[in-house]
Amino acid sequence: MDNQILKVNGLTMDFGGIRALNSLDLDVNRGEIVALIGPNGAGKTTFFNCITGIYAPTEGEVYLASPGSDTKVSLKGLKPNQVTEKGLARTFQNIRLFAKMTVLENVMIGRHCRTKATVLGAVFRNRTTRDEEQSILETSYDILEKVGLEQYVNEFANNLPYGAQRRLEVARALATEPLLLLLDEPAAGMNPQETIELEKLIKEISSEGQSILLIEHDMTLVMSLSDRIFVMDYGKKIAEGTPVEIRENPAVIKAYLGEDVDA
Amino acid sequence: MDYFIELLFSGLTRGSIYALIALGYTMVYGIIGLINFAHGEIYMIGAFTAFIVATVLSIYGFPLLAIIVIAGVAAAVWSSAYGYTIEKIAYKPLRHAPRLSPLISAIGMSIFLQNYVLLAQTSDFLPFPELIPDFEFMEPVAHIVGSSDLVILITTTVVMLILTYIIKFTRVGKAMRATAQDRTMAMLVGINVNQIISATFIIGSALAAIGGLLIASHIGQINFYIGFIAGIKAFTAAVLGGIGSIPGAVLGSLVLGLTESFATGYVSSDYEDVFAFSLLVLILIFKPSGLLGKAETKKV
Repeated sequence: MDNQILKVNGLTMDFGGIRALNSLDLDVNRGEIVALIGPNGAGKTTFFNCITGIYAPTEGEVYLASPGSDTKVSLKGLKPNQVTEKGLARTFQNIRLFAKMTVLENVMIGRHCRTKATVLGAVFRNRTTRDEEQSILETSYDILEKVGLEQYVNEFANNLPYGAQRRLEVARALATEPLLLLLDEPAAGMNPQETIELEKLIKEISSEGQSILLIEHDMTLVMSLSDRIFVMDYGKKIAEGTPVEIRENPAVIKAYLGEDVDA
Repeated sequence: MDYFIELLFSGLTRGSIYALIALGYTMVYGIIGLINFAHGEIYMIGAFTAFIVATVLSIYGFPLLAIIVIAGVAAAVWSSAYGYTIEKIAYKPLRHAPRLSPLISAIGMSIFLQNYVLLAQTSDFLPFPELIPDFEFMEPVAHIVGSSDLVILITTTVVMLILTYIIKFTRVGKAMRATAQDRTMAMLVGINVNQIISATFIIGSALAAIGGLLIASHIGQINFYIGFIAGIKAFTAAVLGGIGSIPGAVLGSLVLGLTESFATGYVSSDYEDVFAFSLLVLILIFKPSGLLGKAETKKV
């Protein structure tokens, strides 16, 4: 059986004359944690924006496994909400929570695309609507417990400490039941203690079989979490492999540290 | 004292009608940042729909209560259809255009709808059937509070409670608030934003239609122009309360209604609008974001 969950072929994105992504190939297998690293401006976030439907890529194909079938679905031309429905969920580099909603509501919003109650159903409170509301609540509580935010349920999202806001973003993404979870610099701005907790959380989510693709600058975190690593520079993939292989790859060292002048 | 209470109630009645319309303005502004100038026309179309349905039904001798309910539902449905269509035709294609374009499109829509009803229904004031009878139990206070005032106050309160419930607790309401706060993020958590925007227009239009029915039966006559005045007043109320804020729209409407009512009662009915708009100017000078609105901060 095909083990791939995400398959990206020759993804290219042009902004006017600038080629932000240059024929990028990438794949993620079921249950893996894959990291995407590269210097600032390498195009990592652009890559996330392309596969989640925020940008329409100039060229290339993105395929996502579909549950219960062996064929993959193309994500080309889908809107962000449709991509989420197919099973990609993401967090942001700079936190984008719904600040004026409670922690619980932020997670419940993630359930939106997996439920279907209408306004009329809500006003007349028929059976399906009530059952659905109950199940949304239960799932949301479970997820908040999993990420360790249960003591904050009724706080407003913007009143949370920084690390907790990051974890709430993860919780909201998990609430959409993603096949693949995309994390955009989850440890950015965290103190060492928060980073350790985050690492534990990601490992825990992963141990439940969740496939994860993450962008991250914290190399300790990347090396300890990832099964495989992709390295980008100037919109191109310059290396891929296990953490050990990447650490010793000359092209990667060059991209990060520059060339030795004397050599 | 009786006079004061009479003015108080007439102000509250007026205010709650304004609120029904102002809510549509504020909800649409909250979600797509557009002043929907065609909203007053939605209200006018609601009143006309109710007028036509009620007149036909009363010819066939339906009981009064049935007429009110059927006319109300028909007006709400028909106005919602208009609201939905207007958004699809006039605003959706301009979603990514500069802010001025949909605004102009809205004004065009408003003028179009006025003239379209003018052609269909002439410019005469049409007598609206009296749908709300004088209740017997209201007789002792009838010189102060009319039966229709009472009905309007109760109806609007119930409608607003339902709306609050929808916005606060339902799946669609949460999606609306999420879309209002961050549209891209809302899409990324799987919300079909177009559907939510449509839902906002539909709900806002239904509220305006109910307002149209109530005021038409209160005042007793309608013509194609009532939407313009009511729209401007409700817009004023929404700005007064802080546009984008739902409780703000209700508060602003009540303040505006009471101001007008007391100004009419104690000064002169000629100065009704003068007081209403002076109030607006004053609020905008001293608290530009409105009574309950939050000052917009822009991150640079």
